[in-house]
Amino acid sequence: MDGQGTSAAAAGSAPAAESYVDLVAVDKSFGGVRALSGVNLSITRGSVHALVGENGAGKSTLSRVIAGLIMPDAGEVRINGTPAILHSPRDALARGIASIAQELELVPSLTVAENVFLGSEPRRGGFIRRRALRARFNALVAEAGFDLKADAVVSTLRTADRQKVEILRALSRRASLIIMDEPTAALSGPDVQRLHEVVHILARRGRTVLFVSHFLKEVLTLADTVTILRDGHLVRTGPAAAETESSLIEGMLGRTLGSVFPAKPDAPSGSPPVLEVSGLRAPGVNGVDLTVHAGEIVGLAGLVGAGRSEIAHAILGAARATAGTVAVRGERLYGRSPTVALRRGVALVPESRKEQGLFPDRSVTQNATLASLKAFSVGTWIRRAVERRAAADVLTAVTVRATRNSVPVSALSGGNQQKVLFARALLCRPCVLIADEPTRGVDVGSRRAIYDLLVEQAGRGVAVLVISSDIEEVLGLAHRVVVIRSGRVAAELNGSDMTNQAVLTAAFAEQAGPEHPEAEKTPL
Amino acid sequence: MTTKTTNAGAPQTRDERPLGPQQRTRVTDALRIRSWRSAAIVVPFIVLFVVLSVTSGPFLTTSNLLNIADQQSAVLIIAVASTLVLIAGGIDLSVGATYALSAVVSAQVAVSHGVALGIVTGMALGIVAGLINGIVTTFFRVNSLIATLATALIFSGIAAKLSNGNLIVLTNQPAYAKIAQTQFIGVRMSIWLTLAVIIVLGLLLSRTTNGRYIYAAGGNAQAARLAGVRINFVVILAFTINGAAAALGGIIDTSRVLSAQSSSGGNTLTFLVLTGIVVGGTSILGGAGAIWRTVIGVLFIALVGNGFDLLGLDPLYEQITLGLILLVAVGTDAWSRLRHT
Ligand SMILES: Nc1ncnc2c1ncn2[C@@H]1O[C@H](COP(=O)(O)OP(=O)(O)OP(=O)(O)O)[C@@H](O)[C@H]1O
Ligand SMILES: [Mg+2]
Repeated sequence: MDGQGTSAAAAGSAPAAESYVDLVAVDKSFGGVRALSGVNLSITRGSVHALVGENGAGKSTLSRVIAGLIMPDAGEVRINGTPAILHSPRDALARGIASIAQELELVPSLTVAENVFLGSEPRRGGFIRRRALRARFNALVAEAGFDLKADAVVSTLRTADRQKVEILRALSRRASLIIMDEPTAALSGPDVQRLHEVVHILARRGRTVLFVSHFLKEVLTLADTVTILRDGHLVRTGPAAAETESSLIEGMLGRTLGSVFPAKPDAPSGSPPVLEVSGLRAPGVNGVDLTVHAGEIVGLAGLVGAGRSEIAHAILGAARATAGTVAVRGERLYGRSPTVALRRGVALVPESRKEQGLFPDRSVTQNATLASLKAFSVGTWIRRAVERRAAADVLTAVTVRATRNSVPVSALSGGNQQKVLFARALLCRPCVLIADEPTRGVDVGSRRAIYDLLVEQAGRGVAVLVISSDIEEVLGLAHRVVVIRSGRVAAELNGSDMTNQAVLTAAFAEQAGPEHPEAEKTPL
Repeated sequence: MTTKTTNAGAPQTRDERPLGPQQRTRVTDALRIRSWRSAAIVVPFIVLFVVLSVTSGPFLTTSNLLNIADQQSAVLIIAVASTLVLIAGGIDLSVGATYALSAVVSAQVAVSHGVALGIVTGMALGIVAGLINGIVTTFFRVNSLIATLATALIFSGIAAKLSNGNLIVLTNQPAYAKIAQTQFIGVRMSIWLTLAVIIVLGLLLSRTTNGRYIYAAGGNAQAARLAGVRINFVVILAFTINGAAAALGGIIDTSRVLSAQSSSGGNTLTFLVLTGIVVGGTSILGGAGAIWRTVIGVLFIALVGNGFDLLGLDPLYEQITLGLILLVAVGTDAWSRLRHT
């Protein structure tokens, strides 16, 4: 569990602390944006190396340079001490470097083993040798120390297990440096644990791991070495043991940060219910009753896959409800579709920015205003100056950092893209705001800005529903926590009942007590 | 790769840019965003234009240029409207058939009931055809490629049946010629109409809510739905406009030559339209593209044809050239996508 174990193992397998990958004065610009400038970095063989920094600091860019996905404008990449020019991920793989994509690239309809050896199947005369495939898979799994079934179809696996498949695929190609960009961003408690174990196993087998994370606790427990980036510059690289959360934050932001959570305003008493859900049934939702009052922040906790996002989609009308009613400000929503719900003031910050949120080719402004265009239009004619100004204000409020708001949203860093979606929901001036994992991939500093906005919305009488896998986040923000399990309300916690333990107990109810993993995935 | 000499020892050069990455010149940025993908079609167009101006005397004359514009009016109108469908994430293979159906029916009605009713009937048919395409692809969830392949067969079948494959001549209705052939400040109505369609659809796409929704529907349908965009409405709108445009194209061409035949238009027209759009740089994957691109794309192809005529080159090579241009256009699109992601 602690960093010492891994570093000891690493020291054992690699004689001396020799460096595997060295970056020397690496520069990378995207058009006008300097994503990396003069970065020097060396990654020791067998170590677990973490990259931290604000959204847009250049972490992903740095990882992509090492993974051969992009080439630096200037400077040098050295592998095992010799300069290397990585034109493609294939070049990087030839030198033992593989990266696990954030958006996993697996074929969902194939089995685990087939995915692992995709493209490198043992064959004879054009036919895949199934038995040989199986044998190789078993050897690989044993070597990695994972437990994964060869025949499981990938689409049935949870995200953490899919990540394992990607890692196995990398290992099958003899990767010894594995790069993971925010691997735990989309995971909940137990899966985070599983991934952490995987990292430990990899380190124990002498592999090198480079990972990016906004969860500083995770960084401190997992990593041997931490590198801090700020605005494309290297701040420092040092042993994780010498850092604390606040020293990391100070390095990342250049300032200290008080508490992560804003002061919780009193739960409004006697305010009218704004969102009333009763007996709601939809795919993945098995009869949910839920009420959110004006000015109240309700947290929806539970495991990934418990049906929380499905509830959100059913409320919005994006998934067809088979039974039950949804009422907003006392009036039932009929003829349900997101268009109708939105018109009645229900806005959603979707969970997955790539699939459910963004239009990558469109500008930041246009992405932000899509759901509220009517407010900036005369009839169907868009008043662009008004639109631009409104967007700029909200984008600043949610701390989006973009060169200009007219650049395509795909040019923003991951965390900034997430914030654009938040801006989109705020621009709708909702009376019910449903935020599904609103801080996924968002840095510590901006996290606070988003929390402040949620509290401010509640202060204005908006009914806020926050879905989050981060228990600390739910507890720190919400007046009331509703725990969801298998599409049902498992528990409703108020006041002093709102504890980490109570949420976990309710979320896991069927399983035995001691199995409850401590959720380590907390922002601070 | 050897710039490290002085920099390597100086790890932090923060004071160089105290204001962070936001502070960048707008010029370099503008250049990057409007990257060479925009230029992809503009540069060859200008080059071809200049080359033709130099090598062929009659090319750069008002009459030749107006002639090109007049001949291309139907293709331009249909291509511009089809761009909406492509951006919305669909494709319409039935424009050639709709064009022929509207032309034939409009001409027949004009012969028997007068020009006004002829035009109204032709336009109405186009709108209905577009509506059918839109409804089949949205509510019945049929892939638009297949749906419009089917409706293209149906529409052209109907056109052939109604006219028995005959040429319908409008010599008894000379008023029909006025639609396209009336001159206004020395320019034919066909060109004015084309210009009007380009401007109206260009504004619709870039300045109205429905234009935004068209981009959103084609760019990421699930995200658009969650953001409250009525995707079905938007897609049907695009197909309907396209049907109307195909009809208008058919009527204009009928008016230009004062006759109509069910075998005109068809797949040749459809492919010409799609070639123009793709050469202009609108992605066939949906969600990206622009009206001005299509205009330049169509005119580029027209210039190639005109060049072959004026320079007396073997027209056999014209098709081959068009094929190569299309491949290059699609290839550069794919390549630029690779580079940008
Ligand atoms: N393809 C691109 N085109 C233009 N700019 C880009 C591109 N990729 C990254 N950038 C810019 O480079 C900078 C660094 O981005 P990067 O993705 O490396 O940040 P990050 O540290 O990974 O942030 P996050 O924590 O939000 O993921 C940002 O300012 C970003 O806008
Ligand atoms: Mg990133």
